[in-house]
Amino acid sequence: MTAVLKIHRAGPGVTVQDLGRHGLVDMGIARGGVADRHAVSEGAALLGQSTENAVIEMMGLGGEFEASEDVRIALTGAPMRAQIDGTQLAWNASHMLPAGARLVIGAALRGCYGYLHVGGGIATKPLLGARATHVSAGLGAALQAGDNLDLGEDNGTQTGDYLDEDDRFLGGPVRMVRSFQTHVFADDDITRFQATPLKRDPRANRMGVRLTPTGKGFQAANGRNVLSESIMPGDIQVTGDGTPFVLMAECQTIGGYPRIGTVLPCDLPRVAQAPAGAELWFRIVDLDEAIEIERADAALRATYGQQKKPLIRDPRTMGDLLSYNLISGMIAGDEFDEETV
Amino acid sequence: MKPLENKPSAFPIIQTAGVDGMLVSFDGTLSEPANRAALAFRAAVGAEAWDGITEISSSLVSVCVRFDPLHLPHAQLQTWLAALLNSRDWYQADLPEGRRLWRIPTVFGTDRAPQLAEAAELAGLNEAEAIRSLTETPVRVQTIGFAPGQPYLGELPEAWNIPRQSQLTQTIPQGALAVAIRQMVLFSAASPTGWRHVGQTAIQLFQPNAKDPFVLRPGDEVLFHSASPETLNTLRNDPMGGATKEPIT
Repeated sequence: MTAVLKIHRAGPGVTVQDLGRHGLVDMGIARGGVADRHAVSEGAALLGQSTENAVIEMMGLGGEFEASEDVRIALTGAPMRAQIDGTQLAWNASHMLPAGARLVIGAALRGCYGYLHVGGGIATKPLLGARATHVSAGLGAALQAGDNLDLGEDNGTQTGDYLDEDDRFLGGPVRMVRSFQTHVFADDDITRFQATPLKRDPRANRMGVRLTPTGKGFQAANGRNVLSESIMPGDIQVTGDGTPFVLMAECQTIGGYPRIGTVLPCDLPRVAQAPAGAELWFRIVDLDEAIEIERADAALRATYGQQKKPLIRDPRTMGDLLSYNLISGMIAGDEFDEETV
Repeated sequence: MKPLENKPSAFPIIQTAGVDGMLVSFDGTLSEPANRAALAFRAAVGAEAWDGITEISSSLVSVCVRFDPLHLPHAQLQTWLAALLNSRDWYQADLPEGRRLWRIPTVFGTDRAPQLAEAAELAGLNEAEAIRSLTETPVRVQTIGFAPGQPYLGELPEAWNIPRQSQLTQTIPQGALAVAIRQMVLFSAASPTGWRHVGQTAIQLFQPNAKDPFVLRPGDEVLFHSASPETLNTLRNDPMGGATKEPIT
């Protein structure tokens, strides 16, 4: 008998996602899938399973979950406050969620998108070849209280491991390559695009991230009359008023605004996870360098399975043991209430 | 290969698109032969079934090929694409088989499509002339994209060579007909846009639960005709929004 995950509460941007759809760009449907593909690699490594398994993506805010059987889980992406029946959980780690226990995941502490992985993956019915929810295309819908999700069969048993958290949740450096439309921007604008930080605007979602220039905007020659052309996640479009947008997983497939460049796929999670107001520093690298960066990143992600360490040896967990087992009478016990949804 | 630093001067041309894409362009502006070439070349690339290709799509005058650059080197793909380009005259290629002519009821102007007057003025026409111009000849589906099943339609008369807006309209509704640069887009879903909203239909171009989820295909032609807002209300119950089709022979 396979397990079911019950949703008791969910934030407004909690969806089932996977690595997205192939072959439908020609019909106007972007690949879609998770906003942060690195988080999928981390979760798959923690549970010792394939990156093809569907996961739950939580934009900004988590929810409350209960499993019908004992289920292995992993928590990755933007760190969020998480507890099982009141016991705090380490993030970027795997845990056992006992049958009937309540898993409560609160707001993001850093970054934007947190992920809940389960052993065996989420086994919802695929839509047009994938389980990824694509809200703007009408493929699936955000999860709501009362939803029950079938889970796949789990072939693993290991829990209690963690991976070190990386630095992609606070903005920072982002590498890009020139695009076939970079030439419509003046050299001065291309230089200035890299010389000053761009702030992640509060307006950002799974379609795109709006950036606020710290100085004046960027102008393409005759930009409003550029022929509509294929676009893809990572492309940096500049609208007529000079505002750059980085296109994300659920972007449109054709767009008319000119693009000043394209973010490297391995740096796109940093753009997705940048919180509102965070500074992003863009830098153009040449194509050969970009391919070597991608190759190194793929090699790094392939080693996540060997990088995971048991939680018990982590001093952070020792601190938790002190808080919760030895001196529990000294804390109020409600210090996480404001974090729950 | 390196991305081009200068404006391309000769077509067709192969350029890089991001780290994992190549774009084969047949013209720098929209033309009927270049659109025809893109549709035919896209089908030919698909038929080659090269290893390492992850996605093939056509836009108005170009074909975008996505691939895994860690396993398929750029130089190899460029060689394959160049050889295929040189194998025939793509600008003379046949249009796709099985094309249809669609007739779609449309409310022009009124509060349903509030930018007709503004767009007409930019085109140097009054509202009646604008409606006549947009309804008297069929427009072809040049490509599907932006959103699921959503067509770019053209080409309109030269008067309609009007720019997009400098600011995005926050939301244009499903079924909206919008115009810019001698083209129209018929929106399959509510969306932000820089195009001007001149007409409103009730057709649902993407029906995810239908046997064929995508109503229109590249090469199809569409003739819009004027309908009243009251008529449009009654057509809301029909996913096809009162549209009819017939084969083009």
